[in-house]
Amino acid sequence: MASDTTLTPVTIPAAPIEARNAPISVVGPVAWARANLFSGPVSTAVTLALGYLIIRWAIGFIDWAFINAVWSVPNNQTQACRDARGVGACWAVVTEKHRFILFGTYPYEEHWRPALACVVFVGLYIVSAMRRFWRKELALIWIAALTTIGVLMWGGVLGMPYVAQERWGGLPITLILSTFGLAFAFPLAIMVALGRRSRMPAIKAICVLYVELIRGVPLISLLFMASVMFPLFLPEGMNIDKLLRAQIAIILFAGAYLAEVVRAGLQALPKGQYEAADALGLSYWNKTGFIILPQALRMVIPPLVNTFIGFFKDTSLVLIIGIFDLLTAGKTAIVEPAWQGFGVEVYITIGLIYFAFCFAMSKYSQSLETELNQHRRR
Amino acid sequence: MSAAIETVASAARLDAPPAIFMDRVNKWFGSLHVLRDISLDVAHGERVVVCGPSGSGKSTLIRCINRLETHQEGHILVDGIELTDDVRALDAIRREVGMVFQSFNLFPHLTVLENCTLAPIWVRRMPKREAEELAMEYLNKVKIPEQAKKYPGQLSGGQQQRVAIARALCMKPKIMLFDEPTSALDPEMIKEVLDTMVLLADTGMTMICVTHEMGFARQVADRVVFMDQGEIVELGTPETMFNNPQTERLKLFLSQILRGH
Repeated sequence: MASDTTLTPVTIPAAPIEARNAPISVVGPVAWARANLFSGPVSTAVTLALGYLIIRWAIGFIDWAFINAVWSVPNNQTQACRDARGVGACWAVVTEKHRFILFGTYPYEEHWRPALACVVFVGLYIVSAMRRFWRKELALIWIAALTTIGVLMWGGVLGMPYVAQERWGGLPITLILSTFGLAFAFPLAIMVALGRRSRMPAIKAICVLYVELIRGVPLISLLFMASVMFPLFLPEGMNIDKLLRAQIAIILFAGAYLAEVVRAGLQALPKGQYEAADALGLSYWNKTGFIILPQALRMVIPPLVNTFIGFFKDTSLVLIIGIFDLLTAGKTAIVEPAWQGFGVEVYITIGLIYFAFCFAMSKYSQSLETELNQHRRR
Repeated sequence: MSAAIETVASAARLDAPPAIFMDRVNKWFGSLHVLRDISLDVAHGERVVVCGPSGSGKSTLIRCINRLETHQEGHILVDGIELTDDVRALDAIRREVGMVFQSFNLFPHLTVLENCTLAPIWVRRMPKREAEELAMEYLNKVKIPEQAKKYPGQLSGGQQQRVAIARALCMKPKIMLFDEPTSALDPEMIKEVLDTMVLLADTGMTMICVTHEMGFARQVADRVVFMDQGEIVELGTPETMFNNPQTERLKLFLSQILRGH
């Protein structure tokens, strides 16, 4: 169809031109610094000014956090800490109170149990993160791990004394609320997102109503409803665990947000994918399971993890209904008169714990993205 | 104008239902009347090319055949089964009707082989080994068996479209629909896809093909349907249609596409 065009060659090289290394002014750290930090007088001035501020601040922080810090004090004698105020950190509060911060009011001599439960949680995260465990057996691993955690926390068997749920606290509570919360909210979100796109009006209406209602109220009011109002509707004598009620509130809340993220992925998928699956005669569930969700979920990994991280931290809101999560335990640890005024050190410590979990999630999501989107690279 | 073909088609109708039977089909997109009183029979083994200017409803017409679009009036029977809201009938029809799209619509997250085996395994309940052998057989036929383990994104447009043809054939359909299969391809890749389609036509497959490739129409089509503004304007053998167009609209259309070539 296209007519032949003839080009007159200008010069014909005698031999192919070999590839050469780029000159040193193009690659390497020196070139990078020149291009990004010192590309002009303004840029150089900003670089120097910011560099000065960063170094000053870093020196000040190292002085406070390490050099002038008080690491431990004998027998709640906080005088050394009070003397160091303003110049050095009092890490003694963390050394002294770390078990209370981590495990709350759980019986002191039984602390190995929530500690072990946390280890099981982290182990569960690591196993679930590895793609070679992404098989049906993973469900069994989850059931086994969660059962173990339940047994450890409640006790009452195997010679472990029973510990009522009211006495649980600290890190295990945070991990329980977020793990169960997201583990149940995610499948719920997928069903709701699919339901919102359903052609059946009743299902669609229910899903829209659910998302809009839940998204329209703050999590705090949902938690209040779960803890204060919900028991009023139950028949007398019937009582559902407070933690479970908060857990359900969190699942419902996270579900609504995640559903919208998943829906975004469903919407972003080209219509042709649905049509090709339909044309092949795939059933709705085959189409959804093999074609739609795998692609839609991969596209929304960044906002999904964003929501996950948000909810991991939002579990700290349960403090308003008196559940002893990590943050509440930390707050309570410094109520004691001897330790009042050392909040910064405690909050930094708690912040680091939250950061460790969130940063791990964020890093993992990045690697997952590259791994799962391999097919998009050429 | 195409009496001979019409007689053959009617004769075939006596012993078996036609592959496709459309009777006064009407469709609207909102208030836009996109298919107007479309009546068309396609016999088993017949190759029909549908052409017409863009917006003439030709894609909509073939998309109605496997109900990617629903028609609002008239009847469509595929292999004797009427297309209605009955999901069972629809599943039965979609199993027997393969489709190739303009934009390939391969599943990018699955390998070429997985693209081809998915439907046979889950719709036809074929064992995995058997489905893979079948897929390799068809990938051989479209001449790209060596790409089986790659992802669609790693292939050229022409190769992707041939995979799409193999994927549809793996369901062993009775009827194949082609919706402008070469329109999204670079010129040098059109031929490899058309060659594949000619091979398929030689096997006696019932084919309905929306295309602007008039050379292909001349070579394989038993009948050509010319559509304009949602209606069938002319219908006949490629020779009568191209050499002796009856209507001004077809004359205009042919002069336009021939100028483009």
